Amino acid sequence: MTTAETVVSGAALRLPDRRRRTLWWIASALVVVAAVVVAGTAAVDTAQATSLTERNLAPSWGHPFGTDRLGRDVLARTLAGLRLSLVVGTLAALVSAAIAVVLACAAAVFGGIVDRIVCWLVDAFLALPHLVLLILLAFALGGGTHAVVVAVALTHWPTLTRVLRGQARQVVGSDYVAIARGLGSSAPAIAAGHLARHLLGHVVVGTVLLFPHAILHEAALSFLGLGVDPAEPSIGVLLAESMRYLTAGAWWLALLPGLCLLIVVKLVDTIGENARALVDPRSVHL
Amino acid sequence: MLTTVLASLLAEIARRILRLVLLLAAVAVASFVLMVNSPVDPISVYVGADIAAIGPQQRALIAERWGFNDPPLERFGAWLGNLLQGDLGYSLTFNQPVGEVIAQRFLTSLALMAVAWLLSGVIGFGLGLLAGVHRGRTLDRVVTWWAYTLASAPTFWVGLLLLYVFSVWLGWTPLCCAVPVGVVADEVDLLDRIHHLLLPAVTLSIVGVAPVVLHTRQAVVEAMESDFVAFARAQGESTSGLVLHRVLRNAAAPALLLQFSSWGELFGGSVLAEQVFSYPGLGAATTQAALAQDVPLLLGIALFTTVFVFVGNQLGDLVHAWVDPRVRRPRLTAGRGVRARALAEEAA
Repeated sequence: MTTAETVVSGAALRLPDRRRRTLWWIASALVVVAAVVVAGTAAVDTAQATSLTERNLAPSWGHPFGTDRLGRDVLARTLAGLRLSLVVGTLAALVSAAIAVVLACAAAVFGGIVDRIVCWLVDAFLALPHLVLLILLAFALGGGTHAVVVAVALTHWPTLTRVLRGQARQVVGSDYVAIARGLGSSAPAIAAGHLARHLLGHVVVGTVLLFPHAILHEAALSFLGLGVDPAEPSIGVLLAESMRYLTAGAWWLALLPGLCLLIVVKLVDTIGENARALVDPRSVHL
Repeated sequence: MLTTVLASLLAEIARRILRLVLLLAAVAVASFVLMVNSPVDPISVYVGADIAAIGPQQRALIAERWGFNDPPLERFGAWLGNLLQGDLGYSLTFNQPVGEVIAQRFLTSLALMAVAWLLSGVIGFGLGLLAGVHRGRTLDRVVTWWAYTLASAPTFWVGLLLLYVFSVWLGWTPLCCAVPVGVVADEVDLLDRIHHLLLPAVTLSIVGVAPVVLHTRQAVVEAMESDFVAFARAQGESTSGLVLHRVLRNAAAPALLLQFSSWGELFGGSVLAEQVFSYPGLGAATTQAALAQDVPLLLGIALFTTVFVFVGNQLGDLVHAWVDPRVRRPRLTAGRGVRARALAEEAA
């Protein structure tokens, strides 16, 4: 069939392009995220500066996102909030990924009772709605920024653990590991040479994809008033404040900060999906 | 023959109930430990605003009366004892027993969640089917892009936008609550309730649509590439016939499984949607309980939502086995649904 030929030659022609395009996407998304962090750090002071002569202004050139009831610049507050989101997201993703790697490898290597305990732990953490679990944890830790960070960091590992456990089991049960064992490789050598190498890509991708969940959960907790201290600018806090002024027609308080959060989450998601396309050989055919 | 099937079925049901009991025990112990170690002072929560008027002696009396000086294990025993008799404690926020609060509030939430669940299921399945059949074309790209974008959108932000557009700007829908303000409960008719339910339900469904679309699309794409579809096409079956007779059932199984196992997400979304629309359901009660430091109510909600999620998962397993005969075995294996879900998550 001629279509098969064109598909093959087309893939051969497009492949380097696609790879470069994927890398380009990852790089530019990373640059934007870094720029947000830098701008957010620079905007921390402006975000809290009140100006009673410029209250409740609609977006203009001077204040592209408008101002809130105390005359604070919403753009500065949004940037500061996004920086906080990214910090919380990074911490949460790293901690959760570390927990997931340890549990998944332990389950795959030791098997038996350890495996059952890990699986049961995953099930137990997924038994409650995630938001209810977060509310319980944030409440038990006394609320505030540190409580949110801890709660979000400690609850995002179960799904990644499940995925990694499956991958690790495949490696441990594979013929080449059995052969390596037969040839006298030690357990640490197998762990470093086979298990770690095989899992690395999945761990990186899994960690990046945990990010959006963590960011959205931080925003949700802060929105409910159970998270970040209301005095600190966080997207959740901004949106919770905007709710009171929505009936007065202050649409910019809700629309723009939320849109920025959506864009940042989607950027990080793009990084993760593109990284997955690079790591996963099957995705070449999709 | 029949008796062995019945016996294995009973054994399976017993195994699942045991599983639920174990999970509930874990949730009960873990949340109790969290609450005991929380920095919240139960005496000041109990007394409320009058705490400044209370001396150390009265404090000690209250602590003695409520058993705050007993060792944690003894307190857990007392709580568990009450729990097993069906007494979940008393909610100070609502001035009602916790059991009653959960029952009433859940019924209000149920209407919201059920409508949102059906909407997201139907719309998501339809869009996923369309995207999968038209794979690679503009329609597919638009739908997929839209689903990925929605998956990144915060529920409460979508709710705020809808509230602004339809309630503030256009004035089509009410601003808050489940019934009109200032109307006696008996005079509220069904139309009023639906009118108030509309926007929260749409908010909740919009966010739930994305995973259904993406999973359904994946299942449709796989089915369209299968040998049985290729053969049917070679025999002259039209595309609509293919979808109707070959693809639909293959795509429905994972979508249904996903829809049932997303009850936890659904409840989480309802917490946020109810906050935006001041809808007096169980989700709003969860937020209020945490803000007002109402420990008995929080513990009750934790246990209740565990059961809620568990029931969703079990129903998902049953429906999945009913739609997809390949997973139907003489004995329903306990881990199967979990494995299928793990596969679905991996595919996502």
